[in-house]
Amino acid sequence: MSDLVSQTALVTGASRGIGRATAGALAAAGARVIVHYGSAAREAESLVAEIRAAGGKADAVGADLGAPDGAHKLAAEVRKLVGERLDILVANAGIATAASIEDQTVEEFDRMFAVNVRAPFFLVQQLLPLLGEGSSVVLLSSLAARASVGLLPAYAATKGAIDTLVKHFAALLGPRGIRVNAVAPGVIDTEMSKFARTEEGRQFTLGMQALQRIGHADDVADVIAFLGSDAARWVTGDTIQVGGGSKI
Amino acid sequence: MSHPVVLITGALAGIGRATALAFAKEGARLVVSGRRDDAGEKLVAELRGLGTEAEFIRADVRHEADVQNLVDKTVARFGRLDVAVNNAGTEGKPGPVTEQTAESYAATFDTNVLGVILSMKHELRTMQAQGSGSIVNLSSTMGHRGAPGASIYTASKHAVEGLTKAAALEAAAFGVRVNAVAPGPVETEMLTRFTGSADRKAGLVAGIPLKRAGRPEEIADAIVFASSDKASFISGQIIAVNGGKTAS
Repeated sequence: MSDLVSQTALVTGASRGIGRATAGALAAAGARVIVHYGSAAREAESLVAEIRAAGGKADAVGADLGAPDGAHKLAAEVRKLVGERLDILVANAGIATAASIEDQTVEEFDRMFAVNVRAPFFLVQQLLPLLGEGSSVVLLSSLAARASVGLLPAYAATKGAIDTLVKHFAALLGPRGIRVNAVAPGVIDTEMSKFARTEEGRQFTLGMQALQRIGHADDVADVIAFLGSDAARWVTGDTIQVGGGSKI
Repeated sequence: MSHPVVLITGALAGIGRATALAFAKEGARLVVSGRRDDAGEKLVAELRGLGTEAEFIRADVRHEADVQNLVDKTVARFGRLDVAVNNAGTEGKPGPVTEQTAESYAATFDTNVLGVILSMKHELRTMQAQGSGSIVNLSSTMGHRGAPGASIYTASKHAVEGLTKAAALEAAAFGVRVNAVAPGPVETEMLTRFTGSADRKAGLVAGIPLKRAGRPEEIADAIVFASSDKASFISGQIIAVNGGKTAS
């Protein structure tokens, strides 16, 4: 697959998990990938090295997307690297902490909204001058936005906000030829969902899925790569559930 | 999978035909089906001209004997069935609810709903025996939204989405995925018949964020994706391919 040759892509939160797999998939398809990380510089650099070793193009950029100006700073760095055109923006960086209604703190609530909602919003805003006809934006939703799974009411609300943003962004940016979609992973075997690595977590997960295996980061990355590609040129405003048929 | 065996119903025009050509480009072996022998043989000649192994098998999906013969002959010819695209559909007779009859209901539901049930019945029997396969049904924006003057078509496509989810849950047990692709307005003969006038067609297109009607090839690309291993963790889902119509 080399359908993204000469395209530029930014993947936030790309040092680990779904973001890392996505950056790898986009690079394998020929895109030049900006690998954003929050704090895991070493993991991001190792991914860049892997991509380059395989003949691909990648650069790592750090930015704190929890800070009010984090998206602005990242956009400025991206602009320095790619110039005037960004073909694919994957706003993947996200954080999740489980907490009951009683135990939810204001600080953690605000931090999740800052990273999961505010940062994608302002990243799109700040990168708009680089996005144009044929550009594709992919946001990360979650199964939790659609169904009560786990003890995640505040996290789920951030992802509900993403589902809403997808529709408004797609409608507002459609006339400029920019597509905006989301993928909504179910339980995926990453650090964020490591409860699925316990037997109890595994049984819980399989109990709500049609397909009887735990999802991998690659399962989601392949769908994001599709949404970024020309094959999805008529797909916009959609949230695609990638959860092995969870809660259907 | 290299050279998957793909069966497409309603393959002689519009989205079905574009889907056959898209799968041909992917190296698939094809069975195209429809009700017109001359158009079928013409399409097969075109596909073979592209170097594709292809057969036309006449079938009217409203009749179980036809559907069973279609699946049986596919397996007899190619030895297996990897992908089925249940695309055969009709817009029926558009008109207000107050004018509908048992006949107008049957004219739409026999193809759009019974046809999908009968098709999945025989496709899934084959895929169950294989322990693998992927089905893509064709829904519509009207599979999850209403439209005046199209009550029966709307109801029939809502039924397709329900069938897709239930079948996905059953088929997961034997390693088969079932999804639907839901196009918005697409430049086909059906759209011209459906809208009835250039003004009505222009009005429909004005509501699409990407500001044009879709092309059959664009729906075909999404169908190919949904059927492929790239979508291996997607099942029971309805993928909207509509230029953002349902986002606005």
